[in-house]
Amino acid sequence: MKYSYYPGCTLKTKAQELEKFALDSAKALGVELEEQKEWQCCGAVYPLAKDEIATKLSSVRSLVAAHEKGEKLVTLCAACHHVIKRVNEDMKIDDNVRKKVNNYLKLTEEYKGEGEVIHYLELLRDEIGFDKLTELVKKPLTDRKIGAYYGCLLLRPSGTMNFDDAENPSIIEDFIKAIGATPIKYPYRTECCGGYLSLDKKEFVKEMTTSIVKSALKHEVGEIVTACPLCKYNLENSEIVDGNKISISYFTELLAEALGVK
Amino acid sequence: MSRVKINPDSKKKELDQILEISGENIRDCMQCGKCSAGCPASNSMDILPHQVIRLLQLGQLDKVASSQTIWNCASCFTCASRCPRNVDLAKLMEAIRLTLIRVKGNSRLKADDVPGKLDNKIPQQAIVSGFRKYNK
Amino acid sequence: MFEGGIELARIGVFVCWCGTNIAGTVNVEEVAKTALEMPGVVYAKDYQYMCSEIGQNLVKNAIKEQKLDRVVIASCSPRMHEATFRKAATVAGLNPYLVEIANIREHCSWIHKNKEEGTEKAIALVRAAVAKATLNTELTSGEIDVEHRALVIGGGIAGLQTALDIADAGYKVDVIEKTPSIGGKMAQIDKTFPTLDCSACILTPKMVDASAHPNINLYTYSEVEKVSGYVGNFEVTIKQKARSVNMEKCTGCGVCTEKCPSRKTKSEFDEGLRTRGAIYKPFQQAVPNVPVIDRNACIKFNTGKCGLCEKVCTAGAIEFSQEDTKITQKYGAIVVATGYDIINLDNFGEYSYADSPDVITSLEFERLTNAAGPTAGKFVRPSDHKKPKKVVFIQCVGSRDKSCRGKSYCSKFCCMYTAKHAMLIRDKYPDIEVSVFYIDVRTPGKNFDEFQRRAVEEYGVNYIRGMVGKVFPDGDKLQVHGVDTLSGDTIKIDADMVVLAAATQAKDDAEELGRKLSISTDTNNFFTEAHPKLRPVETHSAGIYLSGACQGPKDIPETVAQASAAAAKAIILLSKSKLVNNPCVSGVNEAICSGCLECTKMCPYEAISAKTLEIKDHGKVIPKVVAEVNEALCQGCGGCTVTCRPGAIDLKGFSNRQILAEVDAICH
Repeated sequence: MKYSYYPGCTLKTKAQELEKFALDSAKALGVELEEQKEWQCCGAVYPLAKDEIATKLSSVRSLVAAHEKGEKLVTLCAACHHVIKRVNEDMKIDDNVRKKVNNYLKLTEEYKGEGEVIHYLELLRDEIGFDKLTELVKKPLTDRKIGAYYGCLLLRPSGTMNFDDAENPSIIEDFIKAIGATPIKYPYRTECCGGYLSLDKKEFVKEMTTSIVKSALKHEVGEIVTACPLCKYNLENSEIVDGNKISISYFTELLAEALGVK
Repeated sequence: MSRVKINPDSKKKELDQILEISGENIRDCMQCGKCSAGCPASNSMDILPHQVIRLLQLGQLDKVASSQTIWNCASCFTCASRCPRNVDLAKLMEAIRLTLIRVKGNSRLKADDVPGKLDNKIPQQAIVSGFRKYNK
Repeated sequence: MFEGGIELARIGVFVCWCGTNIAGTVNVEEVAKTALEMPGVVYAKDYQYMCSEIGQNLVKNAIKEQKLDRVVIASCSPRMHEATFRKAATVAGLNPYLVEIANIREHCSWIHKNKEEGTEKAIALVRAAVAKATLNTELTSGEIDVEHRALVIGGGIAGLQTALDIADAGYKVDVIEKTPSIGGKMAQIDKTFPTLDCSACILTPKMVDASAHPNINLYTYSEVEKVSGYVGNFEVTIKQKARSVNMEKCTGCGVCTEKCPSRKTKSEFDEGLRTRGAIYKPFQQAVPNVPVIDRNACIKFNTGKCGLCEKVCTAGAIEFSQEDTKITQKYGAIVVATGYDIINLDNFGEYSYADSPDVITSLEFERLTNAAGPTAGKFVRPSDHKKPKKVVFIQCVGSRDKSCRGKSYCSKFCCMYTAKHAMLIRDKYPDIEVSVFYIDVRTPGKNFDEFQRRAVEEYGVNYIRGMVGKVFPDGDKLQVHGVDTLSGDTIKIDADMVVLAAATQAKDDAEELGRKLSISTDTNNFFTEAHPKLRPVETHSAGIYLSGACQGPKDIPETVAQASAAAAKAIILLSKSKLVNNPCVSGVNEAICSGCLECTKMCPYEAISAKTLEIKDHGKVIPKVVAEVNEALCQGCGGCTVTCRPGAIDLKGFSNRQILAEVDAICH
């Protein structure tokens, strides 16, 4: 199966491992991810104002490009996924945005949000299937106690993101189980890490991430996996990661390890 | 503390602007507090999220505009996700921020100040989102 | 009187102002004036409130003085006052079916804003009514029998109260209950507010009364399978599920339930807090005092081995070979008393209900404190059976929630039962710290507010105005993150137990039952009453009444009141020896009928059948098949008149000629 792939700027610079392991794993899984020829920075945050149109255009361009090829658009960075998915929803339901965006972009055919954007984890769960994934695992991560950290952007708002149950998700735990490891649910796995506050208000972020890591440690989590470069950065900067035996990694790194392509 | 007038005419234009940018109806809020109870950034806030809406409901925009709360919001959408009245507080917070920084020269984060806040590990995503939220 | 003929008719038209309801958008005086010019109309009058005594007297006097032989009332919907004006006509000596209503309110003034357009439309509607009235004929109501027996669906407090009242009035009542015992939710509750009576102590006498009453028949472990018929003559098929125990032989000793080796099934009555055997009685004071075998859990039914209950039963009452039976009975009235459930908490993952055994619902709390419950009334944590030090109650879990997660309505009784729960703990264990997170406290009943304030003022319950965001399980504690909106502080409590006041909801099968009975449910699946203010226990289907929480969330005092009200309505129906039926039924013109019998296939009430006549044709006597209408079964829907190709079958009071006359008048 062929998919259009949208990397986003961070994956090309500070979070290269997230992408490398993802693409290597995709090959091993028999999935073709073709990076879009022209893509622009999604903007990192979804524009919440009703009157902002320009900031949504880069997402629409990528959606249209994938849709025209008849392919689903796959994202890897949680933030990019959030932005593009919500913009796509606007194109479906917000008449004002749809009209203005279509007028500005002067597309050959009006785009009404018909395209589909999925996250790499949804690709694993829905398109490939965790059972098939388990079959292809060469080096199961047996006895490794891994806690999933979801963050905010994949899950909320649950109506639009439609990723999993926002209060009690299980997709990453199912992924961890599929690659042979032991998933551990800890209460703070869906609490916000602080996000962009780490640019200007590092103290608050430290407070928020410390609660998350403390909760994971209390439940004997040895490794935390995440899908967002900013979450990884924030968690690594928390007060207690250094002193304790707990590592933060991207889920794609573990995937690659399990598939034997790391 | 002196008595306030609710819905002062002087603030009507700004309030209308906030409601238009957000597209939300603040009358829907029943002040249940679910947003404040679940807000992960609440420890850093001087006015709690539900109080922000209450002040908007009463037209007391000055208190909201001068608060730390609106800048310490992390846009995590937990409030919007749990609100039993379908009020998207994240959109309201954004709208309040925008009415302040869209005024020329009022950006919270100046481009010149950004390099000093970076370390060599910080992902681009943080810089772009932080800038987008605090600068217009 | 005569039959048709415009020239000879003497029609009176009465146009109602309905205060400003009609007069605000329709020029009623103009309508009356124009009506006078319509063919057949000899008298026209307008008045503010035609339905009032003065208004009705206007009509009655006009009939007598003006020698009217048809009356047209231009007013509100016939649903409101057709009966009123028909009665008035009868008193004045005019056949009630010579009265015609033109709806110029719901069909005209209430939906238009422009007075000119409204007036024009009202005149058209009156013209149509006049044209139809001209062709109206005298009709006489027939009579239908009434089966003097009532069916009550549901054996909780609502159903039992209704049944007892109807039975005490001297009529036979059948009570049908889905679970093995009557009693419903009230049997699960520990104490009831605001009196703090022991729930079982006030319920069991009623349960025993119902089972002992000579007029009441209990069908437990049974369901309604099919309902047909109409008011006074319902035919209901009841499916009695196989108990696998002979009810006559069983002594109720309970030895089988103690010895049953299958212990994996969660007890529904105890809200899953303990397990029960495959052969079980839901609770000790079950009525009837006969166990049932849950065949899904039974080892014998699954593998063929065991059968221990049969061996230990000294009365020889176990009958594995029993099968479901069906009986069909006739009833005059049906009362629906199927009750409510609480919502499933899957949508509210933030409270950690699924992950923590110490986060419980209010119904589970009732079982914990109940002396007959899984912990013999000792208030302990389900996880480790230790006494909790801090208990947090969370109100409005899923209530007042407009989002797709919850129910938009207020569940009515949770504020009261939470206050009750809080006080019960503080009374028995004054060292336990109790907090309640609420949005508003709703205590509208008699002595209710005083009850809740006692919890705060006398018992020291911490009432905190604000919701809880999330419950974080933390070791053996439950970290509750809430807020006090009044002081503006976020609150954190390290609780040992959290009790959720989950929203009420209609039963899962309410919609299906509604379809079987042809009664409607609202958007929340509660059964719809005929009028929310004035007819709270009737439905729009004559002869079917509502009792209790199946119509909407309500507490026990209201339920009992409504149950008796429903019984009263049923008794009114059952007290009649005959019911007057609707005379607007179909009739067949046998001369035109071709005997194709399409109408018999069409009729939803199975009121038309075939009849063979003998007719003379060219000197020979030959048989001719025609259709025949059973006027007792016909409901006047008119479907047959559409199906009939030659137009041989027609509806009295709404004949083809009459309908076409109305159309002609409007298109005029």
